[in-house]
Amino acid sequence: MLRQPLLALAVTISATAVAVTAKANDLVTNFTLDNGMDVVVVEDHRAPVVQHMVWYRAGSADEPVGQSGVAHFLEHLLFKATDTLEAGEFSSVVAANGGRDNAFTSYDYTAYFQRVAADRLGLMMQMEADRMKNIRLTEADILTERDVILEERNQRTENNPRALFGEQLNAAQYLNHRYGVPIIGWRHEMETLSLEDALDFYGIHYSPNNAILVVSGDVTPDEVRALANKHYGPIPANPDLPERFRSQEPPQNAERRVIFRDPRVATEYLSRSYIAPERDAGAQEKAAALRILAELLGGGTTSYLTEKLQFDTQTAVYNGAFYGGTSLDDTTFDLIIVPQPGVTLEDAEAALDAAIVSFIEDGVDVDALERIKMQVRASEIYARDNADGVARRYGQALTTGLTVADVNEWPELLQAVTEEDILNAARAVFRKETSVTGYLKKALEATQ
Amino acid sequence: MMMRITAAVFAMALAIPATADVDIQEITSPGGLTSWLVEEPAIPFIALEVRFKGGGSLDLPGKRGAISLMTSLLEEGAADLDARGFARAKEGMAASFGYSVSDDGLTVTARFLTENSDDAVDLLRNSLVAPRFDEEAVERVRQQLLSNIRSDDKDPDTLARRAFDVMAYGAEHPYGSSIDGTAESITGLTRDDLITAHRNLLVKDRVDIGVVGDIDPEALGAMLDKLLGDLPTGGAALPSKVDVSIKGGVTVVPYDTPQSVAIFGHSGIDRDDDDFFAAFLLNHVLGAGGFESRLMTEVREKRGLTYGVYSYLAPKDFAATYQGSVASQNDRIGEAITVIGDEWRKIATDGVTAKELADAKLFLTGAYPLRFDGNSNIASILVGMQSQDLPIDYIATRNDKVNAVTMEDVTRVAKRIYQPENLHFVVVGKPVGLSTSAGN
Repeated sequence: MLRQPLLALAVTISATAVAVTAKANDLVTNFTLDNGMDVVVVEDHRAPVVQHMVWYRAGSADEPVGQSGVAHFLEHLLFKATDTLEAGEFSSVVAANGGRDNAFTSYDYTAYFQRVAADRLGLMMQMEADRMKNIRLTEADILTERDVILEERNQRTENNPRALFGEQLNAAQYLNHRYGVPIIGWRHEMETLSLEDALDFYGIHYSPNNAILVVSGDVTPDEVRALANKHYGPIPANPDLPERFRSQEPPQNAERRVIFRDPRVATEYLSRSYIAPERDAGAQEKAAALRILAELLGGGTTSYLTEKLQFDTQTAVYNGAFYGGTSLDDTTFDLIIVPQPGVTLEDAEAALDAAIVSFIEDGVDVDALERIKMQVRASEIYARDNADGVARRYGQALTTGLTVADVNEWPELLQAVTEEDILNAARAVFRKETSVTGYLKKALEATQ
Repeated sequence: MMMRITAAVFAMALAIPATADVDIQEITSPGGLTSWLVEEPAIPFIALEVRFKGGGSLDLPGKRGAISLMTSLLEEGAADLDARGFARAKEGMAASFGYSVSDDGLTVTARFLTENSDDAVDLLRNSLVAPRFDEEAVERVRQQLLSNIRSDDKDPDTLARRAFDVMAYGAEHPYGSSIDGTAESITGLTRDDLITAHRNLLVKDRVDIGVVGDIDPEALGAMLDKLLGDLPTGGAALPSKVDVSIKGGVTVVPYDTPQSVAIFGHSGIDRDDDDFFAAFLLNHVLGAGGFESRLMTEVREKRGLTYGVYSYLAPKDFAATYQGSVASQNDRIGEAITVIGDEWRKIATDGVTAKELADAKLFLTGAYPLRFDGNSNIASILVGMQSQDLPIDYIATRNDKVNAVTMEDVTRVAKRIYQPENLHFVVVGKPVGLSTSAGN
């Protein structure tokens, strides 16, 4: 969820790796302020530009029951007035300095960022520190901005049957966890979000000891430390910051099936998700194997599913496998298949299931695994061309329970994944009783 | 804690915009190909972009979508490798190639490591010079394209785009129809059509090239000849210029969905027009993106009618329009359109304030150097400059051109480019209180 739609959202936090000579990690320094605010600096001195981000360890999965969407609503409201800035002035000042600002909310985090000339970093910190504690909202702000987020929901979800389908799938996947509730919120709850709801969430979650400052670009760690101490340092830590706790999933014992029909559907397809472990601090091996498994199964023209479903047979127009892994609690491993015309969803599902079985039976194609590891190594070189992307990697990790050390170790863990690790991961994750199978279908034909 | 953000602090902060320090060399290969190069040895890889002029507009009559299908097939088998062999080779080198086509150009992007750049360039060369168009690949990719077209047929944004384009450019001109063709046209394409499309578009005398990365001029010269030297010259005739003529009004495309989607606009201004920078500044004030634009302020911030509203100058090679977009719930789109129409009239009549002009200049001059982040982005900018016939020292002078625009300029140009009486809204949805009226 972004405060403002972008033409192309560059959030490619790709799997990454070691190359012996060139690690993206080499660019990174981290430390913590006295008030508990974590700081990560990613240096890139090729152009006189910085990106300044503040990430809060608070997302939609941290919302109170009945207030879905409040984390994202608050994100919008942080662009209104503070004690010293008028509504909209934050963005105006950034723009007047040639910069761009925006913000985004996910299940586990909310983040605010600006890209500006490097010598404006202090000003950005001054304003970001201000709105960490000093927003001043009016009832009028609530009414107008609530209409804006409802229009955002219209645009992202209500107007898009694939997005509506996705909401239903997630809701069916999670029996007890807030990941089953959409980040933007259920419409009926969004319509009731109040000033008090927003301020409550703000008061609980917005403080330096619940935030991570991530600065990337033409700046040194010493400069960041001095500016951060000046602007964020005086904000006291919140001694009452609650421990993050979400209700966790019970054992999932029942295969679930979701059928969603909408007259706006042009292309029917099948989605399958399985509950999967996430990257855990100090224990990312299973997640690393799942990441490689997703690549082997669904990563493009040479992947196993493409081979089985598009080359050996003409079952699919498109297929894919996805595993993110960076989340605070249990996540999902996802498969998708868009059947060829004339192939039913039932037949496509049978072919998909058969391919999963044969993948485990056939064992891992060693050449394919080597190609993936080569790409992982290279992505570490390419990442050095994108300090902002490296910065996002750390922001995302540190808001989902990982440490800087975990991020640094991740590429090596990917390289160390063995064929046996991958097959074990596949056997462990592909369990029907934890899965949701969804059919996105056209509307039923009217009876003749 | 207290914050004091004083005027003095701002004044200081506004002092000097960052400057983009980009050292561009023009390289001519032994074979006569010209490229712009920025050497960046710090990271051992090379980013390259190649653009073939003409793009989807070179589709022959009755063959709409041939170029789009052909473009998708470039990476589906070349020389002695079939589709899977090609993909394996590319992945094994950790190279990435992209092929995309728009109305005015086919763009090839590539990123590869210094350590295997020779092999990567060989492979890329084969995809451009010797694509196979194997029957298996043609049929597979044809089905993918057909699937996309079926989805587009039910996508409100695409429906609005199609209706606006045919109104603006006419059904006869390539700009007036979808570059992907229709289900009928795609189904009818033969392998020969794809070979013809390839021959008509991928020619070495209509190419712009940008390279950024770990390579020196001499090595680049040899690389260019290897990459493109075997292409022919002399492509298909470029399309004719369209005199865009749009009349004011509303066109409703009925579609059952909760939020109406609108594209609006009228004729525009060419990229090489002397008034382009004034128009660019005016558009920034009106609706170019930021929260502080007039359209965002009036439609979103004050009234909560939308998540996003934008306006943009859309100069293509053979036609110029001025367009915008908005999306609002069916019962609110009418009000959004009224507000946008009012803003269009207001800026046409009164222009912008001195402060708005100054703020727009500050933003545009300050933001310019921020574009040069990353080798691939810079390669793309180099290609864009060449395709617009901008001089090689343009980057150093561009902000001066922005700053040279005066209040008199923008006042005059506002009257010239804004035509409130001709502003036409294409609305897809079930808009309450709106129906097709007047105009085209």
